[in-house]
Amino acid sequence: MTTVIAESSIPAPAVEDAAPAGRLRLVLGKMLAARGVLVGAVIVLLLFLLAFGGPFLTPWNYVTPDYLAIRQPPSGQHWFGTNGLGQDVFAQTVRGLQKSLIIGLLVALFSTVVASLVGACAGYFGGWTDRALTFLVDLMLVFPSFLIITIISPKLRGAGWIAFVALLAAFNWMITARVVRSMTRSLKEREFVRAAEFMGVRPLRIIVRHILPNVASFLITDATIAVGAAVMSETALSFFGFGVRAPDVSLGTLLAAGTDQAPVFPWLFYFAAALLVLFVLAINLIGDGLRDALDPTSEGARPPRKSRTRRTSRSSK
Amino acid sequence: MTTAVETDLLTVSDLTVDFAGVPAVRGVDLRLRRGETLGIVGESGSGKSVTSLAILGLLPGTAAVSGSVKLDGRELVGLPNKELSAIRGRKVAMVFQDPLSAFTPVYRIGDQIVEALRIHQDLDRAAARKRAAELLDLVGIPSPDRALDSFPHEFSGGMRQRAMIAMAIANDPDILLADEPTTALDVTIQAQVLDVLRTAQRETGAALVLVSHDLGVIAGMADRVAVMYAGRVVETAGVDELFARPQHPYTLGLIGAVPRLDTSGGPLVPIPGGPPSLAALPPGCPFAARCPLAEDRCRTVEPELLGRPDADGHLAACVRSAELAERAPAPSEVYPVPEVAPAVADTAVREDREPVLRVSGLTKTFPVLKGSVFKRKVGEVYAVDGVELDIRRGETLGLVGESGSGKSTTLFELLHLAKPEAGRIELLGQDTAQLDRASAHRLRSDIQIVFQDPMASLDPRMPISDIIAEPLLAQGAARELIARRVPELLRQVGLEPAHASRYPHQFSGGQRQRISIARALAVSPQLLVLDEPVSALDVSVQAGVLNLLQQLKAELGLAYLFVSHDLSVIRHLSDRVSVMYLGRTVEAGAVDAVFEQPRHPYTRALLSAVPLPDPAAERNRTRILLAGDPPSPTERRTGCPFRARCPVYAALPATRHARCETETPVLTEAAPGQDHTAACHYPEA
Amino acid sequence: MIRYLAKRLGYYAALLIVAIFLAYALSCTALGPRTYFEAKQPRPSAASVDRQLTALNINDHTPVVERFGKWSKDLVLHADLGRTIHNTSVNAEFGRRIVVSLRLLLIGSLLGMLLGVAGGAWSAVRQYRISDRTLTLVSFVLLSTPVFLLALLLKNGAIAAKDAVGHEVIPFTGYETPGLSGGIGAHLADWGLHLLLPTLSLALGGLAMYSRYQRGTMLDVLGSDYLRTAEAKGLTRNRALLKHGLRTAIIPMSTMFAYSFLGIFTGATFTESIFGWHGMGEWFIQAINEQDINSVVAVNLFAAVVVLASGFLADVLHAALDPRVRS
Repeated sequence: MTTVIAESSIPAPAVEDAAPAGRLRLVLGKMLAARGVLVGAVIVLLLFLLAFGGPFLTPWNYVTPDYLAIRQPPSGQHWFGTNGLGQDVFAQTVRGLQKSLIIGLLVALFSTVVASLVGACAGYFGGWTDRALTFLVDLMLVFPSFLIITIISPKLRGAGWIAFVALLAAFNWMITARVVRSMTRSLKEREFVRAAEFMGVRPLRIIVRHILPNVASFLITDATIAVGAAVMSETALSFFGFGVRAPDVSLGTLLAAGTDQAPVFPWLFYFAAALLVLFVLAINLIGDGLRDALDPTSEGARPPRKSRTRRTSRSSK
Repeated sequence: MTTAVETDLLTVSDLTVDFAGVPAVRGVDLRLRRGETLGIVGESGSGKSVTSLAILGLLPGTAAVSGSVKLDGRELVGLPNKELSAIRGRKVAMVFQDPLSAFTPVYRIGDQIVEALRIHQDLDRAAARKRAAELLDLVGIPSPDRALDSFPHEFSGGMRQRAMIAMAIANDPDILLADEPTTALDVTIQAQVLDVLRTAQRETGAALVLVSHDLGVIAGMADRVAVMYAGRVVETAGVDELFARPQHPYTLGLIGAVPRLDTSGGPLVPIPGGPPSLAALPPGCPFAARCPLAEDRCRTVEPELLGRPDADGHLAACVRSAELAERAPAPSEVYPVPEVAPAVADTAVREDREPVLRVSGLTKTFPVLKGSVFKRKVGEVYAVDGVELDIRRGETLGLVGESGSGKSTTLFELLHLAKPEAGRIELLGQDTAQLDRASAHRLRSDIQIVFQDPMASLDPRMPISDIIAEPLLAQGAARELIARRVPELLRQVGLEPAHASRYPHQFSGGQRQRISIARALAVSPQLLVLDEPVSALDVSVQAGVLNLLQQLKAELGLAYLFVSHDLSVIRHLSDRVSVMYLGRTVEAGAVDAVFEQPRHPYTRALLSAVPLPDPAAERNRTRILLAGDPPSPTERRTGCPFRARCPVYAALPATRHARCETETPVLTEAAPGQDHTAACHYPEA
Repeated sequence: MIRYLAKRLGYYAALLIVAIFLAYALSCTALGPRTYFEAKQPRPSAASVDRQLTALNINDHTPVVERFGKWSKDLVLHADLGRTIHNTSVNAEFGRRIVVSLRLLLIGSLLGMLLGVAGGAWSAVRQYRISDRTLTLVSFVLLSTPVFLLALLLKNGAIAAKDAVGHEVIPFTGYETPGLSGGIGAHLADWGLHLLLPTLSLALGGLAMYSRYQRGTMLDVLGSDYLRTAEAKGLTRNRALLKHGLRTAIIPMSTMFAYSFLGIFTGATFTESIFGWHGMGEWFIQAINEQDINSVVAVNLFAAVVVLASGFLADVLHAALDPRVRS
């Protein structure tokens, strides 16, 4: 063992008289400094307000037709116009947005939980546990998950959108799990985990107390981006008729219904399309900002040289 | 001196560097004459590395550099990148600290040296390659032609640093800038590389700027020394003058804080506190807060770097430098030195004290695996191959060895409290092979560990009160006990109990190591395993932690297993010492006996490689340079594993070689009953 | 080195076999070809349905393992993928469509990768300048647009252009103009034009993803010690960046390459359907709707082979780029 005297030209942080919340405040400060996060957060907030408050703003609901207005362009009466059946496009769009958001959030939540458990166990226990779980992950990555979901989805026709959420989550955790696994493997070599082992702390307790909190920042970032990815998958599958189905609407079903008429009746297509892109874009902005703020090795926080901060390996193999 | 005025090769004046408004270098003046060696010494954050990079304009774009750097009268600050490129590598070349990351990993060593040659010289590829081989030969790399085709990761650390030096001297530069060139290396390899640097300097006649935190390296290499603190040069003088009569209290403190190989025992002189944050420097002398000599005037105006006209270039930035020059006090006369009560080991006879740890014949092998999915074993690494340890109550055993000697593996084997692969581990009289799960768990509270890197060994996501409570929790301690113990422990290691709710990153390096110690002490262990506990700390801070360890040992009657590559620290702290080479114990015994009369040739080489912070002593001693790197532990050779590098073996008449080649030496006592054993067939008498 | 790659290849083969079995079993349980035949007019007898199903080896009364055994035997011994639900050869359909799909997949992914790597590296070097910010914004928007939506937007744009000009400017259906006369040159130009929009819809997503990732790895490299060494030897900043920086920063992209193919394949499925390309993706969606088990399995096999081949290629690429992996 040899010494590495880390000589950083940034002076070691002196003991501040800050409350223990210091780290949180630091992260918050960095996040607010990034304009992207702020913009993203405001957009996401507004879209949530629109999705859940929108239905109360309009007298129309998303199924009842207005026979006096068939394929009408946006007007004071029908803000986003009406479709071929005379249904109000605004009511449909906010309803679809609502569904897409809920599906996105739930899928991200479930897949992150599965990914962190599988990844942490495979990485921490190693040996056969690791080999079995790695094989499972590799196996599930052999096919584009779209193919499998498409095959299964006719079977789930009766089970509604919750089954669809489960299906999306079941095929969306593998890559995250791989990253968590490799992070866990390097955390396991870290001295504070070794120290806990030598103190006699039990493995599950080590995973909960030491491993998971230290991959938390990655998980938060990843879950954020997963929300956007899940919304994109949902809309794509629904677009081809393999996801949300009538009478439910989502952004995907709306796009499917509006696509053929888009050149002539643009309001049937572009409102839903714009909301979709806007939401995913906002989510990605937040995710990117979170990564910069939570990852001490990210750009901006880089000391000019010899930053000996240990970097958890993000490589997958 | 005649009319010809000796001009300086390099003149740095009033150099300042800021990173986003935070100063890193605050007005540095340096002069370098042709062919001389200038040592720049300082601790982390003192600005010494930034200064060396700023000279060549190698700082990142976020750095704002001002002041002047004149090379042969030509101003370098503000020079366009293209013109600077023509100077870099040609007139001024650099050797970096970490030779692994300093070579581009995807190109062959030879190609990188050839590239350096062809940037500045009009050579065809074949000629450049031939020259590159000559350079590798010059720096002592065996079979240079083959080495040219190696990738950086295929070289050992020492070889890489040699190759780095070869690349630096490729264009016969006027100045070599070496930034901590040996910090990442083992002590015997450090001695080799320093030797190569001397050779390189001799061959090219270049001046050398050697940046280091190690006073010993500086004392052995430099003609003149500049001491940096908080982004400024606080003292500069000829090397003998500086070490004999330091005129700045910081220099004096540094010299007092270094443990020395040639003296033993006694408390070190710690400099209180830590280096200031350059982002918020108080007015006045930046050292005033830590200085025992500080007066009111020190806190108002920052002193200039001045010297008396007759002082022959000895300058110091202290208002009381004249006083120091006159009195020439010892460090302990200026700095308060803690009293350390005598430890148990000093008062009771060794045989009367009960054994805490006994290890014999410990072996640990790792399989060498090939293949990615279904791995198969292709060989074995003998990481530990016959380790003997013996620690009694209240004493410190120092475990010495270089990288790959199996020190860390030995520790982990002990701490697993399981049946070893071979051999026997006995902790407090209990054989670990016989332990069931419950008793192993209970025994964990008797053996605790403190790691090298205090930042890595503390979970960054936990307040320190939880960190310290963790071993107690693992042992199932009651909540009241934990609530009582935590503040008690913090006080014991010299921290404020009120800070219990803070997080590790809010403490300095030395304080973090104290937290680690407090955590280890929480369950009142009998044996503390210290794995390089001070090697990540600055010298001035390290002294405080070493003193704390001595104090705790005396107060609590602890036994320490102290692992270090730093022989000076071992000598300072240990009662007994055990030397490892390639997984085996090659010499062990009372610390004075081993250090003053080493019997194994490896121990002798190791001791001779340690630089002393004393220029006169450095110049006058003989060195035993070991050849090459330690061999790979994957091959288990018959006979003595050290013989490939052994100077004694090399000097033996061929008739006596056979014994070293066939018979593995065992530890034998120097004299019956004497606590000094060595595993050598031809030990020094 | 060769041994390492052979090992990987073996692992991939094992994965492929297990995965294909699972896909086969899944298709058999999820799809109901029986209902397809029963829905025919006039309604055939139960015995006749059974006979037809058995002939196609998709009878749900036969155990899945047995059917898989027959299917894989035919595949291994005769390279025969079975019959479609219309009793035509799956092989023939496969052969027709693979050419169509591979054209799109290869050009789309390679273009996306090359442009993305170049853009990302350029962006990193020009960090925080206008050009970097613009590219960042564009890639964010592209990353936030699902491929099917991007394809729809491109197609709508082409339709709008056609409506504005009066004739088709850029073709947006199919992969060639039917009945086109003229020499090889005219045919190539026609193919190129037809390729334009579908390839763009695939490549733009890849470009965005690769450029973000490459920018990140390049920024990591910018602070590296070896880049400083390269400058310290006397290379100018730009030459050092190109020769030492970029060369090292593309190594992690090989891993990315393997992952991205999953996404590209999915994207191609959408693109084919939207632009009326009769490729694998379109076939797949059609087959699902027709409960055509053998065709579904054939597309799955194709997908798995493509994904694993890209994984293997990524391994080879990684080993070729990084000497540290080789030893």
